[in-house]
Amino acid sequence: MIEYNEVTKVFGKDVRAVDNVSFKVESGDIVVLLGPSGCGKTTLLRMVNRLESITEGNILVNNQRIADLNEIELRREIGYVIQSNGLFPNMTIEQNVTIVPNLLGWDKEKKEERYQYLMNLVGMDPDDYRKRYPHELSGGQQQRIGVIRALAADPPAMLMDEPFGALDPIIREKVQDEFLAIQRELHKTVLFVSHDINEAIKMGDKIALLRDGKLMQYDTPANILQNPANDFVAQFVGQDRTIKSLSIHYIEDLMKHKQLNETTDQKFSKQVPVNMNLRDALGNILESDEKEVAVTDENQKVIGSIDFSLISQYVSELSQ
Amino acid sequence: MNRNEGYTITDVYEYFQDNMDFILELTVQHINLVGLAIIVAILIGVPLGIYLTTNESLAGTVLNVASVIMTIPSIALFGLMIPIFSLINQGIGFVPAFVALVLYSQLPIIRNTYTAINNVNPEIRDAAMGIGMSTAQRLLKVEIPNTLPVIMAGIRTAVVLNIGIGVIAAFIGAGGLGILIAQGITRGHTDMVIAGAIAISILGISADLILRLLQRIFTSKGVSAQ
Repeated sequence: MIEYNEVTKVFGKDVRAVDNVSFKVESGDIVVLLGPSGCGKTTLLRMVNRLESITEGNILVNNQRIADLNEIELRREIGYVIQSNGLFPNMTIEQNVTIVPNLLGWDKEKKEERYQYLMNLVGMDPDDYRKRYPHELSGGQQQRIGVIRALAADPPAMLMDEPFGALDPIIREKVQDEFLAIQRELHKTVLFVSHDINEAIKMGDKIALLRDGKLMQYDTPANILQNPANDFVAQFVGQDRTIKSLSIHYIEDLMKHKQLNETTDQKFSKQVPVNMNLRDALGNILESDEKEVAVTDENQKVIGSIDFSLISQYVSELSQ
Repeated sequence: MNRNEGYTITDVYEYFQDNMDFILELTVQHINLVGLAIIVAILIGVPLGIYLTTNESLAGTVLNVASVIMTIPSIALFGLMIPIFSLINQGIGFVPAFVALVLYSQLPIIRNTYTAINNVNPEIRDAAMGIGMSTAQRLLKVEIPNTLPVIMAGIRTAVVLNIGIGVIAAFIGAGGLGILIAQGITRGHTDMVIAGAIAISILGISADLILRLLQRIFTSKGVSAQ
């Protein structure tokens, strides 16, 4: 758990990069620090492992004030991932991944076991990559190594500073999905900096939206999209916020509130799985000839169909 | 017979053949003097260069002083050492020559180390701090290994420079290959001067090759292949 208590950061005499920010990151949650550049999100992140000092207020990690902790030990207990991955060019992939266990003095077998586990976690062959150097890897692979290096000593918390920002869109989607899959298994407490509202909606259990160092709104992605706290938030999430919000609701969610249309003998040109999000489902509906698509369960069996009016009704129920 | 005229490549070759032992002895003296000076210069220059990256105001001053030392003509610097070290009865010989060479080596070593460490990719430094490395660990595991080629370039410059300037040591009684040149000039033996010049060139080129080899061995493939 990470807790900000009235945290302020002043650069120089009067540049308030972070202005009286308080919020709490629950254990096992991903919280995205979101905002335009210069809003203080990276500063806010780097205060947690004391790469930036705190001018006023305090930050608690697992109920301990970070100011009371040894900064080297604190950093070793918090995973840290940055945009350019920050891998050490002089070290092999194995050395990079096991650097923190090395600093902590783990024995050889334990390090090897951990290395094998982590490489398998991101689907890279431990032996193929062991002796290779970072420059021999693609951007996506480097970023995966950056993520597992941060996970190496199994820290309870992770700080991620635009970790996937330098990747091209297709690879980024893939690495995001991989990270979410890992997170479902490991339940780390994650602070994640992003300037991309779509990434924030996708990755965040909650979003902390910042502007000029001030916290504008701290809430779940659904609530930020449906009930923006002020004009800035509304503007930041965009006029298509309803469409964006569809991407965090799935056909399964809709089925809890609404019946799918019955499919008697009707044949549809398109089928979508029940675990598809409503934004993609809507895309499929618009593309289909019938403006309606069949929904299939895990066993590929058709369980009903969905059309625009069903989604529209669901959305209006949500915003009530 | 005037030896200044009509000497041939054969004369130089014969001089080498007839005086091999003497030349080898002078070479060993030269290597001892330059080698020891470089070792001490590295022990001073590299840590100082690293320290200066943490103290920008001092960095300018130190680099300027080192530059000024470089601009003093070498023969004058050796000459200046004589009265200074006379105070401790070491006016001529090994000590003043050694100190002069250490001073001459400082600029390339300090400047390259300082530049190298200052230009470490800030993201790599940030990552090293963020994962919890101490300052010493960061330097030894990340910053120095990643900048070794630049630091070594400074050391190689200093070594080659010192092998050449080391000739002047002969004029203040510190021996070395400069003896061939000093005596060759005073006696009018051009073949001796040429032999000395060739020996010094060979020594300089060999030293550079050996240092390049060492650099290749100690530089991580991940750094050299970039």
